[in-house]
Amino acid sequence: MAGGAAMGIWAKKKDQAMIELSGVAKSFTLYNQGGAAIPVMAGAALSVAPGECVALTGASGAGKSTLMRMIHGNYLAASGRIVVGGLDVAAAEPREILALRRHVLGYVSQFLRVVPRVPTLDVVAEPLLAVGVPVEAARDRAAALLARLNIPRPLWDLSPTTFSGGEQQRVNIARGFAHDYPALLLDEPTASLDPGNREVVLELIEAAKARGAAILGIFHDAGARARVCDREVDVSAFAVAP
Amino acid sequence: MTQAEIRGEAPGADYTFAYLDEQTKRMIRRALLKALAVPGYQVPFASREMPMPYGWGTGGVQVSAAVLTPEDTLKVIDQGADDTTNAVSIRKFFQKTAGIAVTEHTGEATVIQTRHRIPEAPLTEGQILVYQVPIPEPLRFLEPRETETRRMHALEEYGLMHVKLYEDIARHGEIATAYAYPVKIEGRYVMDPSPIPKFDNPKLRMAAIQLFGAGREQRIYALPPYTEVVSLDFEDHPFVPGKAEGACALCGSETSYLDEVIVDDRGGRMFVCSDTDYCAGRRAAGYRGEMAAEEGGA
Amino acid sequence: MRAGAFRAEAPVAPILSVRGLTKRYGGRVGCEDVGFDLYPGEVMGIVGESGSGKSTLLNCLAGHLRPDAGEVLFDLGKDGMRDTLALSEPERRRLARTDWAFVHQNPRDGLRMTVSAGGNVGERLMAVGARNYGAIRASALDWLGRVEIAADRIDDRPAAFSGGMQQRLQIARNLVTGPRLVFMDEPTGGLDVSVQARLLDLLRGLVRDMGLSAVIVTHDLAVVRLLAHRLMVMKGGRVVETGLTDQVLDDPQHGYTQLLVSSVLQV
Ligand SMILES: Nc1ncnc2c1ncn2[C@@H]1O[C@H](COP(=O)(O)OP(=O)(O)OP(=O)(O)O)[C@@H](O)[C@H]1O
Ligand SMILES: Nc1ncnc2c1ncn2[C@@H]1O[C@H](COP(=O)(O)OP(=O)(O)OP(=O)(O)O)[C@@H](O)[C@H]1O
Ligand SMILES: [Mg+2]
Ligand SMILES: [Mg+2]
Ligand SMILES: [Zn+2]
Repeated sequence: MAGGAAMGIWAKKKDQAMIELSGVAKSFTLYNQGGAAIPVMAGAALSVAPGECVALTGASGAGKSTLMRMIHGNYLAASGRIVVGGLDVAAAEPREILALRRHVLGYVSQFLRVVPRVPTLDVVAEPLLAVGVPVEAARDRAAALLARLNIPRPLWDLSPTTFSGGEQQRVNIARGFAHDYPALLLDEPTASLDPGNREVVLELIEAAKARGAAILGIFHDAGARARVCDREVDVSAFAVAP
Repeated sequence: MTQAEIRGEAPGADYTFAYLDEQTKRMIRRALLKALAVPGYQVPFASREMPMPYGWGTGGVQVSAAVLTPEDTLKVIDQGADDTTNAVSIRKFFQKTAGIAVTEHTGEATVIQTRHRIPEAPLTEGQILVYQVPIPEPLRFLEPRETETRRMHALEEYGLMHVKLYEDIARHGEIATAYAYPVKIEGRYVMDPSPIPKFDNPKLRMAAIQLFGAGREQRIYALPPYTEVVSLDFEDHPFVPGKAEGACALCGSETSYLDEVIVDDRGGRMFVCSDTDYCAGRRAAGYRGEMAAEEGGA
Repeated sequence: MRAGAFRAEAPVAPILSVRGLTKRYGGRVGCEDVGFDLYPGEVMGIVGESGSGKSTLLNCLAGHLRPDAGEVLFDLGKDGMRDTLALSEPERRRLARTDWAFVHQNPRDGLRMTVSAGGNVGERLMAVGARNYGAIRASALDWLGRVEIAADRIDDRPAAFSGGMQQRLQIARNLVTGPRLVFMDEPTGGLDVSVQARLLDLLRGLVRDMGLSAVIVTHDLAVVRLLAHRLMVMKGGRVVETGLTDQVLDDPQHGYTQLLVSSVLQV
């Protein structure tokens, strides 16, 4: 599939980082609540090599999701460099970030954001269509993932809007793993999954590592973390004293 | 020549020659020259009040008045006929105000004012055909804004004209426009040929000068002799002139444009030439149609 | 080799390049000193409160309004980037018929209400010289299908259509000649929510399949979230913030944007 071709370019040497952060700072200014800047982190640095899975840890509110969102380009870094596949997300143009997201950087968020009216099969196939995979091949791959994640076949033609939380999360994972991204961000991918489906997701992560993907994940599930992660980065280390 | 004739006045009348004052005629002639220089382009002119209501051909009358000379012989037709009220009153108007000769014979006339028809007999060089035009703007049907239609002409944006023909085919299975069928002049301006039947469209390319006058709308346009005139159409729905099936019941002509006439109160009907002079001429030459033969035999 | 795969895909030259665009209505500011580059395939959303200059800007870009200052450069292909404000009127109108499309908020402003649906879609084709009825009708049918209007409505006039259908017809009418750049002013305004959703889904598909570039004005943040790659936030005629759509909505940097984002239901 098309991801294979991209892999040729993206499968870097093990020691060469796929995701590399240095000196990253973030603060939020809430103008409608007095306008004071609330610092969240400063001097954040980490790197993830191809085939490696790194866990972000730290207490609730430490900034794990915030850091992940900055890497995805969803939050704007106040300073520092966030280089993914050679692109500094912190300084990139919107279209460069979108191209990066299409080809290189996958993201499984905590909650599925649904496009109204689009059937589940197409929601999952969309990332493949976006990189030019023919419709049939994209649908086949999407169907295989949905089957593997135990989404009942009658649901595939419906929009996931009305699915249960767990079903939506599995659709979200299927979508995130449809294209073989060289880099993956996973925010609590196993939360709210039953043991069977949790096992499937862990296998997907292991397979992604095996094909050389660089993965950064947040796992509250210590068992899962121990099984798939090679090392941990504690975000609390980047905390700024208020 | 009398002094009055030299001054261009009709003998013994209170009017100047052909009713309009010389200044107005000059203004109209200037518009006509411009119209002839830019075939198909609508030239604005200051239409005058005429002693007849709009719809009676005040545009055509003003154009005729501006081109007539004392030596001219005038023919006036309405739907091809010389003897309708409208034709007769316009003819009388010019007899009275210009004192010129009049005729019903197409071949004898130097100026022919017409409403809704082109004579069957081919016109020749030196003749002038003057049309009475109710609505000069062919784009009016779909775009009522004058500012916009003028711009469309200026920029040659004529897609809309084909939309009208498209609508015809979509609704009727064919181009149902039978009168005032739009034409393109010398590959440039789209023009309304006035409400002549589309049967007459092929004749628009002719040896005579054609002048079009719209009184209420204050527009003049023109076609010099032998101007290229193309009826708009689609590749797969080409323009067809069309005409009623059959032959003239009086003269037997199978090629002329026919009018349907009710002949009795039992619903009986027949087809006769709309061009009365043409029909009369054929009968004078001995041609006979079905009805005429029956009449002769009875 | 550094980041070759996606960099190579990202086009190098913008299709539209706007600099210092300013329009005043007497003493009142319409829009002021607006500048941005739009790349092929990119959809830019313009959001902001009522009166912030969104429509003014869009109409200046599309050549409907003459700005007082600034330039609007458009990629004319072989002729390179040309200032559309310096084009002659015929050139600009030709561009508007072929390369550009403009979808009005009120479908009545963008449709011919007395002409059938098929005639509405066919007009642009005929305007650029199509003269085969069968082919024009086939295109019209194809486009009605794409915007989910039943084939048997092709000869009906838009007056007989619902608001959502009229808007879809307007889109078909605009896209039939395969324009490269589409301007839309509140394309989903005045439609109820479920109809809006269908329309958005349709637009997403068209943008993706045709590789359209688009500038979409709306006050609806849900619309831009789904449709726009990037966002421009306007206030008092000026641009206060620009960026990747989800970044501007989820991590707004300007106080006004924060207010805008917080004042609507979570999208
Ligand atoms: N959009 C935002 N605007 C303002 N503050 C924010 C925003 N997003 C996150 N924060 C703040 O940043 C801090 C870090 O939050 P974040 O969600 O990154 O924590 P986390 O480590 O993921 O926590 P958890 O484990 O609970 O998910 C918190 O104080 C949070 O309130
Ligand atoms: N023709 C005009 N004459 C005078 N002022 C105008 C004109 N058109 C717009 N304005 C003013 O220019 C400013 C910007 O108007 P514009 O229509 O661009 O706003 P908008 O952002 O599109 O608003 P909305 O969301 O209400 O459509 C407003 O103050 C408006 O009153
Ligand atoms: Mg979190
Ligand atoms: Mg507006
Ligand atoms: Zn006859």
